[in-house]
Amino acid sequence: MQIDETTPNAARSAASGDDRTLGALLAARGVSRRAFLKYSSYLASLLALPASMAPAMAASLAKAQRQSVIWLSFQECTGCTESLTRSLSPTLDDLIFDFISLDYHHTLQAASGHAAEEARMQAMEAHKGKYIVAVDGSVPVKDGGIYSTIAGMSNLDILEETTKDAFAVVAIGSCAAFGGLPLADPNPTGAVPVTELVTDKPVINIPGCPPIPEAMAAVLAHVLTFGILPELDSLGRPKSFYGESVHDRCYRRPFYDRGEFAESFDDEGAKKGWCLYKLGCKGPATSNACATVKWNGGTSFPIEAGHPCLGCSEPGFWDMGGFYRALSVPTGDVARIAAVAAGAGVVAGAAAGALHRATKSAARGKHHTVTVEELEEK
Amino acid sequence: MTAVDFLAFTRGPLFDVALIIFIAGLAIRFVEILVLGRRRDFSEPRRGGFGSGLRTMFSRTLPETGTMKRAPTTVVAGWVFHIGFLVTLLLFVPHIEMFQAVLGFGWPGLPTPIIDFAGILAMVAMVVVLINRLRNPVMRFLSGFGDYLPWLLTFLPLITGWLVFHRLLLPYPAMLGLHILSVELLMILFPFTKLMHTFTAFLARYYTGAAFGRKGVQS
Ligand code: SF4
Repeated sequence: MQIDETTPNAARSAASGDDRTLGALLAARGVSRRAFLKYSSYLASLLALPASMAPAMAASLAKAQRQSVIWLSFQECTGCTESLTRSLSPTLDDLIFDFISLDYHHTLQAASGHAAEEARMQAMEAHKGKYIVAVDGSVPVKDGGIYSTIAGMSNLDILEETTKDAFAVVAIGSCAAFGGLPLADPNPTGAVPVTELVTDKPVINIPGCPPIPEAMAAVLAHVLTFGILPELDSLGRPKSFYGESVHDRCYRRPFYDRGEFAESFDDEGAKKGWCLYKLGCKGPATSNACATVKWNGGTSFPIEAGHPCLGCSEPGFWDMGGFYRALSVPTGDVARIAAVAAGAGVVAGAAAGALHRATKSAARGKHHTVTVEELEEK
Repeated sequence: MTAVDFLAFTRGPLFDVALIIFIAGLAIRFVEILVLGRRRDFSEPRRGGFGSGLRTMFSRTLPETGTMKRAPTTVVAGWVFHIGFLVTLLLFVPHIEMFQAVLGFGWPGLPTPIIDFAGILAMVAMVVVLINRLRNPVMRFLSGFGDYLPWLLTFLPLITGWLVFHRLLLPYPAMLGLHILSVELLMILFPFTKLMHTFTAFLARYYTGAAFGRKGVQS
């Protein structure tokens, strides 16, 4: 895709109340052009864009106006917001908060009660068709959605009302993207992911428990720069972050291939940093960028800290048969089942064998030898 | 049903069902044969049958020169397949983890590149024996559904397993689910098809060897 100054940009025109461009805003905040260019190339690399695109991206971002974002929090734990706001490199990842005008967000906004709801309505009105709705948390639909309400409205109604005029919806975290913990067995509230409810708007899933903050920042930057959504996989996840498995990029992979595994959390293998597959690592089944982008400003990621991957960015990871059970191990009580089946089989086999023997000897008993005379009589 | 639900189903309830049918089926068929026994042999034995029986279990596993001359493809491809298949099945660490869960004990595995190679060898050998069977008029005439079904049941776990390992075609959870499903199909039908030869072949060889031993004949 060619980017120049005339690139049509739906998001760019999504001007917030402050109609200064991002470039002007950042300059006013004392962010140097150099720092901004560095950030742009960082985002470009995260998005798997060629490095040559970074200046164009920076230019495009500088000209953009702040994107209105309405952030809805449903059945969630606020961990996703924590992940985003506590990133260790504030000069870089915090920049995303300069790119967007967060018009509604429970945890971060100053207003509360009706004033907060008022802010949401105002943003929806002012940026009709242009605002982005970010959702964290799943939506309970059982019993008319009464299990989670905000200002007397069910999550279900708020979602429908807010997404109606949105440009796009971003489901942040595994709860919003795939249902997460609320949807885990037995799912008492009838929780569903956002994609099940929003079918008429593009939905980007950024799963993870929590998701990598850089994924969120880069996706928003992508929308701001190009005015279109990044390329998504079959589960609606940006391919640039979820295109590869943790296992394929894991630095412990050579141990897996050599057959060197930690058997427990404190054995020699664990101390030597061998593969955690036998301790339940879900890395092979998990598509995420943890092994490359890492966490806390690129410091480390769970496997590097000695803990198997839980597969938190995959659908249904809570119900995958236990975090510490190897992926190839059946989830039932198979040893007992096998023993009982063998016992029952032996008994049934003996009975069948005895029956055949009885039939055989009965047949032999009934057998009587025919003499030549007898034959001649007939 | 999502791919993850499918995987959970194949790793959970479906595996339990397949395991019951497989183990109980094996036990029933094996014990049935043993209980039925052989007809009493009243002749005076020339030699004990036991040692000869055990020896024959192994000696008949090795290809005989005559067969090797007459049907080299069957012998060579057959051997390559059996070794490749057993190495893949028994020495891949994730498989050993599964055996450990069922049997309560495990054993060391091999590095993945060797397993990968063994799996490919097994699949190539299977294709060779299939083509050989189809091209040879006598073999084709003698083959029926009961011969092609076990071929398919054995080939599916190999190919799906290889695809999971290399993360090809489908996302990992879906492909792994398919792989496990194909193994479950194999397990369910195993006791009721010619696949049973895995165990009965040795029993048959023992019986033959033991009978020959009694008669003092070399087997
Ligand atoms: S630790 Fe996990 S992700 Fe890393 S190589 Fe082992 S199984 Fe794969």
